[in-house]
Parts: sequence; C-alpha cells; structure tokens
Amino acid sequence: MPKITIDSTEIEVEKGTTVIQAAEQIGIDIPRYCYHPGLSIVGVCRICLVEIERMPKLQVACYTPVADGMVVHTNNEKVQQARRAVLEFLLINHPLDCPVCDQAGECWLQNFYMQHGLYDSKMVEDKVKKQKALPIGPNVMLDSERCILCTRCVRFCDEITETHELGIFNRGDHTELLPYPGQELDNKYSGNTIDICPVGALTDKDFRFRTRVWYLTETPSVCPGCSTGCNINVHHNDHRPYKAGGIRVSRLKPRYNPDVNQWWMCDEGRYGFTQVDADSRIVAPQKKTRGDWQLLSWQDAIDEIATKIKGILKKHGADAFGVILSPQMTNEGLFAAKRFFQETLEVENIDFEVVAREKGYADDFLMKADKNPNSEGAKKIGLSAVDNSGLEVAQMLADAKDNRLKALYICHHNLEKGFKKEEVKEALSKVDLVIFQGTNQNSTSNLANYCLPSASFVEKDGTFTNFAGRVQEIHKAVEPLGESKPDWTIFRNLSKRLGKSMPYFEAGDVFNALAEEVDAFKGLSYEKIGEHGVLLNGHRASTEKEMGALVA
Amino acid sequence: MNIHDKYKPLTFWEKLYLPAIISGLWLTSMHFFRNLTLHILRALRLRKTADGAVTIQYPEFLRPLFPRLRTMHRLTKRDDGTPRCVACMMCETVCPAKCIYIIADEKLENPEIEKMPESFDIDLGLCIFCGYCVEACPVDAIRMDTGILEISNLTRKGMVLDMETMLNLEPMQDRYVKYTKEGEIVSQEYLKQDLSK
Repeated sequence: MPKITIDSTEIEVEKGTTVIQAAEQIGIDIPRYCYHPGLSIVGVCRICLVEIERMPKLQVACYTPVADGMVVHTNNEKVQQARRAVLEFLLINHPLDCPVCDQAGECWLQNFYMQHGLYDSKMVEDKVKKQKALPIGPNVMLDSERCILCTRCVRFCDEITETHELGIFNRGDHTELLPYPGQELDNKYSGNTIDICPVGALTDKDFRFRTRVWYLTETPSVCPGCSTGCNINVHHNDHRPYKAGGIRVSRLKPRYNPDVNQWWMCDEGRYGFTQVDADSRIVAPQKKTRGDWQLLSWQDAIDEIATKIKGILKKHGADAFGVILSPQMTNEGLFAAKRFFQETLEVENIDFEVVAREKGYADDFLMKADKNPNSEGAKKIGLSAVDNSGLEVAQMLADAKDNRLKALYICHHNLEKGFKKEEVKEALSKVDLVIFQGTNQNSTSNLANYCLPSASFVEKDGTFTNFAGRVQEIHKAVEPLGESKPDWTIFRNLSKRLGKSMPYFEAGDVFNALAEEVDAFKGLSYEKIGEHGVLLNGHRASTEKEMGALVA
Repeated sequence: MNIHDKYKPLTFWEKLYLPAIISGLWLTSMHFFRNLTLHILRALRLRKTADGAVTIQYPEFLRPLFPRLRTMHRLTKRDDGTPRCVACMMCETVCPAKCIYIIADEKLENPEIEKMPESFDIDLGLCIFCGYCVEACPVDAIRMDTGILEISNLTRKGMVLDMETMLNLEPMQDRYVKYTKEGEIVSQEYLKQDLSK
C-alpha cells in the first residue's frame, strides 16, 4: 500500500486512492466542485489543485492517484494563488445574483470565495447572458448563468439513473448545460441533481423561494415513502413559521448511509411529505354524532372509547373485535399496539397488511413496490394474521358485512387502497364501533365513529425496520400538530384506562421492551441504533457487490 | 456609579434631610431665575447672545430632523413602479427585533427580476429602529428616511406596516423644517433636493 505525506501528515492508503480521498481520510478538506464520491471522476473544475513535490505543475487532487512517497501540499502559497485564480475564472460570467438565488447559504461558490477567494473582481467586460429560470423538468429549474459546468448532474443522469437527459452544449464561454433536445429531466431521481449541484444552477421548483436555507434546521430521519428506508434529513422551518403559508417541513434531503441509499433518494420520497402539513390532518380526537364530527378532549375520548370497547368485549367476546394495524407505524407504535390488544384486551384478530390493488412503482435501485416503511418490522413483531391465528383484513371485512364483527380499530390505513369502495363502506357501516387512528383524514376515517390524531413521522421519535431488516431511527423534528400524539402513547393511555399500565415514557423505553420480548430484536437497544441503523438478528448486510450494482 | 451604591446606608449629612432639600431647591430656582432674567433681557432687547431655555410648541412647530435620522421605513420603487425589493430576506435575517415578515413570490414572466415580495410587513411595535435592514439591503430597496416619528395606533395589528403603505411613502423633505426663534418657518434650499437619487 502506498504511503504518502499530505501537509506533513503521513498516511498509508489503498492503491488507486486519489489524493483528495486520501486527504479526506486525515480530515483535510480540499475544495471541490466536480468531484463527488458517488460519481465518476472527471477533473474539470480545477479548484482542487494541489502541489505535489517533484511534479512540474500543480495537479488536480481528485484525479491524481496516490503513489508511494508522494509529498502533497494542499494549502501553501502557490496552491492558494491557483485556487484564487480558478475561482476568479469560474465567477467571470457568474451573475452574482445571490440575493435571489435559493442556493445562497449553502452555495459552494460563496463558501470557497470566503475561504479561498476574497479577491477584487478585475472583470470589466459584459457578462455572457444565458437563460435564467428555465424549467427543465417537473421538479428542477435551471439557471444557466449560475452553472459552473462541473457536470455532476450530467454524470448523475448518465451513471446513476442511466437516463442520459442532460448534456453540455456549445463552446467557450457560451458552453451551457441543457437537456438534450426534446427531452426533459423527468426521471424518478431527478431531485438528486439539485442536491449535488454545488451552485444555484439547479434549484428545486417545490422549494423555490419558499424560505431561505439559513432559517432551516435539519433533523436526521428516515423516509417513510417505501420499504427501502432511505436515510434523510428533514429540513424544517422553526425560526420563521409564517413562511410558505405556515408549512413546517420545507424539504427532505438524502442523508448518506453506505448500506441503504448512499447519497441518493427518489423524487417520490423527496416530495412525499406534503401530508405532514396538509389540511386533512386530524388535529384533535373527534367523534361522529349524527353525521357531524364533534371535537373531544383526549380524556373524554379515551374514557368513551374504553367504555365502549369494554362493553363490546363483554357482550360479544374478543372474536367480535378486529384490529387493523399499519406498517406506516413505527416499531414502537406496533409493539405498544400488540401489548394493548393482545395482553390488555386479549384480542386475536390482528392484522396489518392491506395489499394495495394498484401495485406501487418499483425499480432495482431505491424504489420498492411496498410503499410502507415498516412492513418488515410489523412482520417481525408478529402482527400478521398468521402469527395470531386471527382473521386477515379481508376476512374481517367479510365478517363485518355478515354482522359478526362488532368493533374495528383501524390504524392509518385507507382501506379503499386495498378493497373496493362500496365493499369498505358496506362493511364499516355494519360495525357498531369503528375507531380510526391516524395522521390524516381519508375515506376510511370518514366512515369511523371515532378519530384519534396520531403524530406524523416528523413529529415523533421511533424506529422503522426496512425491507432488509435494518432498524433505523426517526427523530422528532417539529412538535406534534394540534393534539396529536405518537401511536404508542395513545395505546399506552388506552391500556392504562382499561386496567393495565405500560411503563413507557419515551420511544426508547418501548423499543427496549420490544428488544427484550421479540426474538428478532434481541440484543438491540435504542441507544445502539446509531445514525446508520443496525441489522436485525438473522439479517446480513448487503455485500459490496450488491451495493456496487446499485450505483451501476 | 455602582448599582449597589443606592443600597448604601445614608450618611449623617444625608439623614439630616434639609440640606438635600435646600440644595435641590437651589438648583431649580437657579435655572428659573436665570431663564427669567435672560428672557426679560431679550424681550427688552438689552442682550442678544446667551438664550434662555426654549419650549417648542409641538406639534405646531417641529424640530429639524437630521438627514441621517432613522425614521419610519419606506420601500423604494423601480422605474415601472414595482417594488425594488427582490425578497432576498437579508433585512429579515439581520433584524435583531425580528419584526420584518417577507413572503416571496416567483415572477417567471420576467426572468430578469425572478423574485419579488408577495407581502412585506414590518411590525413597528417591535421595531427598534436600528437601521440594520437598510444596511443589509443589497438593492437599496428599504430606507428609513420618511421623517415620520409619530407612530401610534390603537391596536397591535395597526402597528404593522404593509408593502402597499411603505411603497407609497415619500422621503422626508417637507419634514425638514427649520424655523426662527419667533416661530417663522425658514425653508432650506439644500433640503429640497431629491433624496431618492
């Protein structure tokens, strides 16, 4: 293995490593625009120039493989001067419209100018005008003037999605990034081009002008959009709540996890958070009286529901009680539900799977057909009908139609996604007590007698188990809307009211109890999960080859 | 003075009480008689220098305002009458009182401008008139030169300035009133120049 010296620190690295990667390993940050660890190396931006002893000229750190005995200087006078010169070239035709640019605040031109530039502009000629605010796809807006032609987005479309929508056209200072004629950037991962764009050339149509990036706080989380469980950062606006009509979550950005999503996420997940601040959110417990919804306090709601549940169980027995849990719930919610229904109420009819009639889009990269983040967790906790020798969802609805089911507790599901509209309506209308617990109103919640507000994924702590058995943490980014509470809190309170208390005070308590009780989770603890998640027992990490296939 | 000084026990001289009252009365009467004498002398035209203290008959007469005084905000306009503001939110960010509320809007029909404020509110009930917003503005869209100091309202909501109001405010030339001691208004030529240029 070659041994090199970078800024008088010696390091031994794998053969084939480039200087920029070796420097990264010892914590030296070399400025870069075109280099991205997930993409091929082109060395076009020239900002990463470093001095290597016994080489006649400065070399690009991103493209120069290390050789034994190399001595690299990343920050001497000569390098600094070169960086300043490169930056000056990059900014020659840059419009400097930072005030209206959405990238301002997270722009690498701004950052490197402040770190390495700080020159006075010598440019007296007119700048080359190019197209501004050109929509090049459903999610992406292009500003050619701001582009520094690093080709990251081009390489992303060529190498990761292999859809080849973007290219570099024309020559000289008229060189321009554009989609190929007749094409638009409409692949399922187009949002990533915005993330990797180091400048404000590609901006997010959805996020555009809503707020400024320095108002945002990021909280690590996991995308609830499908069973892949891509790691994300939730960017939420706590400081200026009046922006963009009061929406609290401004955007989702992928978070690096080498074993799950690497640097990427799909557009479906990226823009799929709108339900968090939607008007359809259930904000307080409510009860339907003569067709009208009436708001209740939590105390009253739990009292009333508990009394009704007790009455039905006494009169008709546990067989007349059906529970439809949801893989949208966290492991904690599911486990608390399991304890509540199985131990407190001794109900057997528990199921969680509602197979969607329309199959979700899936590909061989990140998107999975199962659009629930925690199906694997629900299976492992033992909540499918087979585990409990109870009824499946379809049978529950059939039973309900035949008047055999007297109470139904539905969590999060929109049953119309799995069954015909009339079927659901007929079945639920015959059940005496339908309780819906969820974040948003849907056609199923409209058929319920009681609605309980549940906190959405950005409003609670918890864990999801992805399709490969990786347990990953979500974190509370914003306060629960209105009166909503995490699912496990609701089950804990109901259980206490019905005579069996659960000693849980935060999500970690529930998870640790779950880890003690369920075999697949044995040996795990909430503290151990960490930022990249841990695998359940009996699951293996994806091999490098498999992950390699992901990035093609 | 140390703030703890006021908790010091009184000295004997202070406890006597009368000396303090007498010295207070002495100070007041000294000013009273000084002003009285000076005003009488001036009225009799016996003395022209050394003025007595003057009370300004506000609001009939106004004090002159200085060009750099920070008064109520206004927004400047482009030649076509649209706000010059590009909703970059620098002022909102820098505002220490957090009294500026901007909501941006996209103007795709004019890519040269691209971003504009949809609403621009300043809550004068919170504003501390520090002038940072004016300093921070990269396009000279906000100024504090209206000369309006009388800011009051019956409701808190009424203290909020909206974009429409601020765009229609003018710079303060006419508030620049200089007057003689007799209360005659003397206009100042140099103040009549257009401050918006």
